[in-house]
Amino acid sequence: MNAIQNALQSAGPQAAQIEQLWWLTLAVCAIAFVPTLGALLWSLWRAPRATEATPADTAIVSQPERRTRSVVVSAVVISGIGLAFLLLASVRTDHALAQLPLEDALNIQVTGHQWWWDIRYDDPDPSKIFSTANEIYIPVGRPVVITLLSDDVIHSLWVPNLHGKKDLIPGQTATMQIRADKAGTYRGQCAEFCGLQHAFMAFTVTALPAADFDAWRAAQLEPAAQPTDEKAKRGEQLFTSGSCMMCHAIQGTTANARMAPNLTHVASRRTLAAGTVANTPQNLAAWITDPQKIKPGVNMPAHHLPGGDLDALVTYLGTLK
Amino acid sequence: MSARGLTCIVAASMLALLPAACDRELRKLSKPQSGGPVPAIGDKPVGMQPGQPGPGLQETSSARTYDGQNAYELNQGKRLFRWYNCGGCHAQGGGGMGPPLMDDKWIYGHEPDQIYDTIMNGRPNGMPAFRGRIPQEEVWQLVGYVRSMSGQASPAAAPGRSDGISASPAEARRTRENPRTTGPEPPVKTP
Repeated sequence: MNAIQNALQSAGPQAAQIEQLWWLTLAVCAIAFVPTLGALLWSLWRAPRATEATPADTAIVSQPERRTRSVVVSAVVISGIGLAFLLLASVRTDHALAQLPLEDALNIQVTGHQWWWDIRYDDPDPSKIFSTANEIYIPVGRPVVITLLSDDVIHSLWVPNLHGKKDLIPGQTATMQIRADKAGTYRGQCAEFCGLQHAFMAFTVTALPAADFDAWRAAQLEPAAQPTDEKAKRGEQLFTSGSCMMCHAIQGTTANARMAPNLTHVASRRTLAAGTVANTPQNLAAWITDPQKIKPGVNMPAHHLPGGDLDALVTYLGTLK
Repeated sequence: MSARGLTCIVAASMLALLPAACDRELRKLSKPQSGGPVPAIGDKPVGMQPGQPGPGLQETSSARTYDGQNAYELNQGKRLFRWYNCGGCHAQGGGGMGPPLMDDKWIYGHEPDQIYDTIMNGRPNGMPAFRGRIPQEEVWQLVGYVRSMSGQASPAAAPGRSDGISASPAEARRTRENPRTTGPEPPVKTP
């Protein structure tokens, strides 16, 4: 997957503000750091090099050491000015981040779970609300308001190319405003330690041109495709009559639980298990058989199915484009 | 015995307890495919039962993975109790449409195997059968948690807090009820 994750390649106004502040901080710190190191190296270079034959240096007795007060005071004043400047710049950046115009904003609700992201696209029309997991799609140039919730512990949403971090705290609602001005796929990551698989709690944000986004959204709103061949039909029957539907949902079937990722269009996703493995039939079969091998600690239980059943289930899930 | 000898014995016995403490927190993530005997549960027909067991996924795993003194297993049981909406009928243990689970009264028995049977096969007058719906290992976790609700699990292993607001103290602080099996109530005669 060639998604970038880099705070220094901003793809929107929010990340651009933060990137600017980052370069400014680097420059101001360099103003203090470079001369300090230079002075250190210079003093090392001019230090007296004595041998056994060198007579003892008694100059300190006859002429007192030069006073350092003026040097110390000017260094403190310069550092103080630098820090005050950074404080002002940081406040200004915070202010600018809150100024993103939000007319015609898209509303998305992201709920953190151990260890995946539940993504719900809100709409005033209830029939246009749908859920997906781990892959966020947004239109280019349109502001997006992300509502952040958590189901279990504290998580943190971070897409460095679009914005800074924001925590998802159980029992609290936070929001984040982003806008992507460049189309592309940006990688995000949970940035607050949330348990055993914190490192494998990734997601992507894909910014699409408006027309492509509308097409994607329309496709997501469709219920799952009805299986046509016998094998896929058997797979659907297994899914809805067994334990899968106790946690997962597939729109258009009786599976309606919301404890685990919505699988209505699972075959259109790039990865499985929140960016852990590529979405291939082999990986899916391995995931269903023993998820603990791929992502130890995950809440998905193992299912040691007879070969034919596993094949049917994987075939059915593969039809859910 | 000298004071020194006594100290040695106390220290040695405390050291011997250490491995047990480790087991308590151990996360057994991969369950064995087969192992200890699973209680025989047949296709017992029970009357007046909502929801039939799923023909579902024929699982090949057949291990009895019950561990009522393991903190992780009990905690997973608590999570699953919420996920599978057990609270819809049993509330947080106080009971509602279904019988309470935090008192000393057990209609069909308090032994782990009996609770396993209750969840897997269902019981008359409302308890659905979850066979084929919930994987065995998760049912064993639920069994452990259900027992902890009336203080049957060690306070050192039972969940110490709830994720949401709860009127009752956490399972670790419940007083241990003295379980007794009452059997089902006789059917009400309609005049």
